[in-house]
Amino acid sequence: MSETSITSASTEKKASAPKKQKTPVHQLSPRAKMLHRALRHKGLLFGLFVMAIIVIVALFAPLLAGHDPYSQSLLARMKPPVFLGGTWEHPLGTDALGRDYLARLVYGARISLLIGLIAATISACIGTFMGVLAGYFGGRIDLIVTFFINVRLAMPVVLVALAVVALFGGSLLVVVSVLGLLLWDRFAVVMRAATMQVRKLEYVAAAQVLGASLPRVLIKDILPNVMNHLIVIFTLEMAHAIILEAALSFLGLGVQPPTPSWGLMISEGKEMLLFESWLITIPGIALFFLVLSINMLGDGIRDVTAPEGRN
Amino acid sequence: MYIYILKRLGLALLVAFTVSAISFSLLFMAGDPAIAIAGENASMEDIQMVNDRYGFDRPIVVQYFEWLGKAASGDLGNSWYFDLPVSDLIVDRLSVTMLLGLLSISFALLLAIPMGVAAAMKPNSLIDRAALFISVVGQAIPSFWFGLILIVVFSIKLGLVPASGSTSWAHFILPTIVLGYYATPAIMRLTRAGMLEVLSADYIRTARAKGLDSRKIMFKHALRNAIIPVISLAAVQMGFMLGGSIVVESIFALHGAGFLAWESISRNDLPTMQALILIFSMFYIFFTFLADILNAWMDPRLRIA
Repeated sequence: MSETSITSASTEKKASAPKKQKTPVHQLSPRAKMLHRALRHKGLLFGLFVMAIIVIVALFAPLLAGHDPYSQSLLARMKPPVFLGGTWEHPLGTDALGRDYLARLVYGARISLLIGLIAATISACIGTFMGVLAGYFGGRIDLIVTFFINVRLAMPVVLVALAVVALFGGSLLVVVSVLGLLLWDRFAVVMRAATMQVRKLEYVAAAQVLGASLPRVLIKDILPNVMNHLIVIFTLEMAHAIILEAALSFLGLGVQPPTPSWGLMISEGKEMLLFESWLITIPGIALFFLVLSINMLGDGIRDVTAPEGRN
Repeated sequence: MYIYILKRLGLALLVAFTVSAISFSLLFMAGDPAIAIAGENASMEDIQMVNDRYGFDRPIVVQYFEWLGKAASGDLGNSWYFDLPVSDLIVDRLSVTMLLGLLSISFALLLAIPMGVAAAMKPNSLIDRAALFISVVGQAIPSFWFGLILIVVFSIKLGLVPASGSTSWAHFILPTIVLGYYATPAIMRLTRAGMLEVLSADYIRTARAKGLDSRKIMFKHALRNAIIPVISLAAVQMGFMLGGSIVVESIFALHGAGFLAWESISRNDLPTMQALILIFSMFYIFFTFLADILNAWMDPRLRIA
C-alpha cells in the first residue's frame, strides 16, 4: 500500500520540481512546454540534424559505401576526389593503398560513434555511482570520492591512455576501456552537486520517512531528477572520447590499421601533406562535424531542460 | 589563511602520492618488464640477468617504495632507450614545454578575456556571436587536425613559418596558436558569464546611478570582480595544457617534454614514461593548488572551507 503512494507522490513532485511553474503563459503540460522550447532552439535542431545524418550513414554504411573499405588496388592509388577532377567511380578519391576514401569515411563513422557511446557509457556508470553516493551521504564518503576525483584529474589523460595502449596493445577494446576508465571525473563532479541539491527536497525526506529502502530512494527518487544533467555530461564526454580516440589513433597508439578510423586516416594522410592535403581535410571535417553536433545537442538539451540556466 | 594553505598542501601531496602509485602499478601490470628489456625470445638466463640488475622479481610494493624514495631525492632512474639519467633528459626538455605553455596561456587569455568582456557588454550583438562561434568551433576542432591544417596553409602554401623543429621563435608560433586555442573556449565562456553576473549586481547599478563613466564602471568595478574565477581557471587550464602538449609537440616536432613522452611511449621506455606521468601530474597539482590559494587570497569567503 505504501509502495504505490510513494511512487505517485514522487512522480507528481518530479514533474513540477524542475519547472517551479514560474510563469504559466499557456496551459501546457511541462513536457509539451519542453518540446515547444526544443523546437525553437536552433543549436539543438542543428546538432540533432547533423547527428542524425551521421548515425544514418553509420547504420547503413554497407549500402552507402559502394566499395569495400579494406580492399586495396595498386592500379587505383591516390585518385583525387570528384571536386578535384576525379571520377564518380571514387567520389572522394582513394588513399595511398588504393582504398576507396568514401567507403573508409563511411565505415569510420561507425568506429567513432561506437567508441564514443561505449566509453561514455562506462564512464557514466562509474561517475554516476561515485557522484550520487558522495552527494547523498556526504561526510566521509564524500571526502573519499572527492579525493578520487582529484586524483583522476591530476592524471594526464592523453599520456596515461597512450602509455596503457602502448603496453597492452592497440585494439578497439583496449582503447574503449582506457577512455571509459579515464573520463568519469565530470560525471562524478556534476552528479555529486546535483544529488546534493535533490537530496534536500521534501519528497526525498518523505520517501525516507515512509520507509523506502536506500536503493529505492537513490534509483526512484534521486536518479530521475539528476537525469538531465547526466544526459548533458554524457554528450560532452562522448564528444571528448571521440576526439581522444582520433588523437590516439593519429599518434599510432589507438585503433590499429587497417581499421578505418578517422584519426588513423588523418595520420595516414599526413605522409602526403605536401601534395594531397584533401587526404587529411576530408576525415578532419567529418570528425569536426560529428563532435560539433554532439556538443550542440548537449548544449541544447541543457538549455531546454533548465531554461533559467541559459547564457 | 595559513591553516588553509597547509590543509591544501597536505591534500595536494596525498593526491600526488596516489597518482604515482596508480601509474607505477599500471605500467608494471601491463607485462613483465624483464621480458620487455630482454626481448620476446630471451632465454631464462637473460631474463634472470635483467632481474638481478633491476630487481623486477621483487614484490611490486617494494619496488614502488624504492622508486618513490629515489624520486623524492631527484633520482628518477635511467632511461632504457637513451641510456641517460631520466632527470637530465626531462630537465633538458621541460624548458621548451614550459615556454610553450606560457605562450599558449597568454595567447588564450589575450584572445578570450577581451572577447568575453565585449560579448558580455552587448549580448546578442555581432561580437557576442563571433565569440560564441570561436568557442563552439574551438571545442569541436581536434587539435592535431587544426595543427596540420595550419601547417598546410601557413608553412606549405604561404611559407610564412617553419612547420617543425624548436630552434627559433618562429617555431613556436603555430604550436602556441593550436594549444592556446584549445584553452580559449572555457576561459571566454567564464569571462562572459562572470561579467554578465557582475553587471547585474547592485553595486554596479549604484555606480551607474551615481553617474560614473560607463567605461570606468566596466573596467574598474566589474572586470576586477569577474576576473577572479577566470584567473583560477587559467591556472587549471595551464595544468591541462601541459598534459595536452604531447599531441601538439609531436605534430610540430617541438622537442619538449611532451615529445619526449611520445618517444618514450613508442619505445617502451618505462622509467621515462613513469617519470613523465609523475611530472605532468605534479604540474597539474601545483597549478590547481596555486589556483586555490589565489582564489582564497582574492576572495576571503573561501578560506573557511
